[in-house]
Amino acid sequence: MPRKLLDQELQRLKDEILVLGVMVERSVLDAVEALRNRDHKMALRILELDQKINAQRFAIEKDAIALIATQQPMARDLRLLTAILAVSAELERIGDYAKGIAQITLRMNELPSSPLIGGIPRMAQKATDMLHRALSAFVNEDTAIAQALPREDDEVDALYLLVQQQLLHLIQQNPQSAERANWLLWAAHNLERAADRVTNICERTIYAVTGEMVEMDVSWDELKEENQ
Amino acid sequence: MDPIALEIRNLRVYYDDFLAIKDVNLSIPKNQITAIIGPSGVGKSTLLRAMNRMNELVPGCRTEGEIFFDGVNIYDPKVDPVEVRRRIGMVFQKPNPFPKSIYENVAWGLRINGFRGSRSQMDEMVEQALRAAALWDEVKDKLHQSGLSLSGGQQQRLCIARAVALQPEIILLDEPASALDPIATLKIEELMRELKKDYTLVIVTHNMQQAARVSDYTAMMMLTSQGERSGTVIEFDRTKTIFTNPRDKRTEDYVTGRFG
Amino acid sequence: MKGYEVRFEPDLPRRQAVGRIWQGVALLAILMGIAVLLTLLVRVFLDGLPYLRPQLFTEFPSRFPDKAGLRSALQGSIWLMVLTALLSFPLGVGAGIYLEEFAPKNAITRFIEINIANLAGVPSIIYGLLGLGLFVRGLGLGRSLLAGVLTMTLVILPVIIVSTRESLRAVPASIREAALALGASRWEMVRDHVLVYSMGGILTGMILALSRAIGETAPLITIGALTYIAFDPRGPLDIFTVLPIQIFNWVSMPQEAFHRLAAAGIVILLAVLLSMNALAIWLRNRLQKRW
Repeated sequence: MPRKLLDQELQRLKDEILVLGVMVERSVLDAVEALRNRDHKMALRILELDQKINAQRFAIEKDAIALIATQQPMARDLRLLTAILAVSAELERIGDYAKGIAQITLRMNELPSSPLIGGIPRMAQKATDMLHRALSAFVNEDTAIAQALPREDDEVDALYLLVQQQLLHLIQQNPQSAERANWLLWAAHNLERAADRVTNICERTIYAVTGEMVEMDVSWDELKEENQ
Repeated sequence: MDPIALEIRNLRVYYDDFLAIKDVNLSIPKNQITAIIGPSGVGKSTLLRAMNRMNELVPGCRTEGEIFFDGVNIYDPKVDPVEVRRRIGMVFQKPNPFPKSIYENVAWGLRINGFRGSRSQMDEMVEQALRAAALWDEVKDKLHQSGLSLSGGQQQRLCIARAVALQPEIILLDEPASALDPIATLKIEELMRELKKDYTLVIVTHNMQQAARVSDYTAMMMLTSQGERSGTVIEFDRTKTIFTNPRDKRTEDYVTGRFG
Repeated sequence: MKGYEVRFEPDLPRRQAVGRIWQGVALLAILMGIAVLLTLLVRVFLDGLPYLRPQLFTEFPSRFPDKAGLRSALQGSIWLMVLTALLSFPLGVGAGIYLEEFAPKNAITRFIEINIANLAGVPSIIYGLLGLGLFVRGLGLGRSLLAGVLTMTLVILPVIIVSTRESLRAVPASIREAALALGASRWEMVRDHVLVYSMGGILTGMILALSRAIGETAPLITIGALTYIAFDPRGPLDIFTVLPIQIFNWVSMPQEAFHRLAAAGIVILLAVLLSMNALAIWLRNRLQKRW
């Protein structure tokens, strides 16, 4: 089999994507942990981790571009490489959401503490779980999992709705907590967006393997149907 | 799909008893560049040369099937191959200008094909052809120097000018850049894109990147099976599709460099 | 990659020495040839020197060496050459063009090709016998110049055909393809390209064939070319003689003076031959095309 070098490099880039994925998962989970514990130090560490995430993403991007320039990949190889570029961008964005949550933690520091809404850690759990499985599907080129995963986004959406209701309830009970509730709503929103990006990763997996470009974000279609 | 310039049906080419290409069906789109790619020895040049009946100059070569050009089967016994070759021009792998002046290289084809014009009309035709081949500015002051005094890339453009002068409908190019350096190659490719406004181009190339860069459609040739030595077209599609998402596994293996 | 060790013993001095020895042997071989040729030339030139004078060209043969010249023989040779050239050029080149460019590649063509190649190697005396039977007796041409021309044409025709074909073959296929791909007929391709580019080679072959003809003696003796002609030939139907026959005749004379005359004749014959070869080389260099 010729193209040993290209094959090796593609495999290595997949591994680097997994490394990036682990960093991002960790960042999301820690951000929520810091939020829960009002852990100022931990939040600052997440800002540092985000720098590393960005560096890892750039490294992947540079290597992928170098491979395109020097190895002239075609067809499946080319699709995989462009997917690697897209997936690394998605991961970096998810990392940014985690950073956003860490910044919320830092801002909320001056405010009196309040019990954390239970839905938020569950959203984080679900989103990172989906992310983990989406990345496995990507590196294993498993279209079945990539097809099925986006439907689980509904669970995250449901949790988001629940968090919204809980926060509304909190404000109604104690108008003083409106500012805190607003920050927490923002954190939940970040987690909801992170889960959406998992869908994008699944789309790229399908594209890399089959060459088909599919839109897997079903919530948009549902929204349209509801309004008709 | 664009209008069709050349319609190949059930084409088979034999060299004596050896079936070189087998059951090719292909529609060459008009005013587009079609690339024929595939591994060595699969019959790419044979297929190309079948399109203007150059094959039959090879002793022992026999062609079956039909190629429709302008509503006529060019293999019909009533058709004179000489007329076919005026209307379907050809450019070869190695630049092969005649060892005559640059002017004569272009004018000769016009003259033998019965161009009866004044000297100044002939000058006009030669200039037009050289301009069409993006060569005029480089040679206008030395039209009476030998065509062989030009660089390889210029020689190849002279050969294109020579073909263009006859105002053919189709120009066949058999690895036109394989003997040229990368810059001269890019010039030829640029020229091909210019020429497709007025002509239909078919190019055989070993260089997949070149096919990807220059062509609109790509025909992928392969041996029909491992045991046999006959080649055929296994996939024909827009170049974009062939190089990003081919249907056939063998095409996929070939364009990704995993063939063989 | 390197799974094994190799020990090299270059021993370069010995290998270089062996090379030099063989280079010397080869040089010696060529020197031998040149020495023999030079000796011959010098001998002949010195022998013939006294007779290399205007009378050699103006006088007819004579029994008296001092009055003898090769006027009729030189004229005969020139007549023979010009007429043979006129006849053999179109026939030989035409046949070469047909075989190389037009003949279908089948068994009959191959048979003809093999025969022509063989004919080029047939001893010239056989052609003399053929000429005697066919032209002198069969066509009743007698011992005329025309019979000699026809016979000599037969001798050199295979050589011309073979050299024409070789010259045509040297024109690259790419040039033929270029012409045909422009919608040229086969004849247009041959006329405007193949022939033009191979003309240097064809003419060279032609001249070399003629210089063979000028030195041929056997077939002309066979058809009965005379040795003693005391008048200028007036036309192709006249009897004739040629330089080599005249020289042959002088050499066979008992008197020493005739031997010297023969040497002078040889010098003339050599001069004609060498200048024809020079012309051939000049033509080849001038007309040769490079691709």
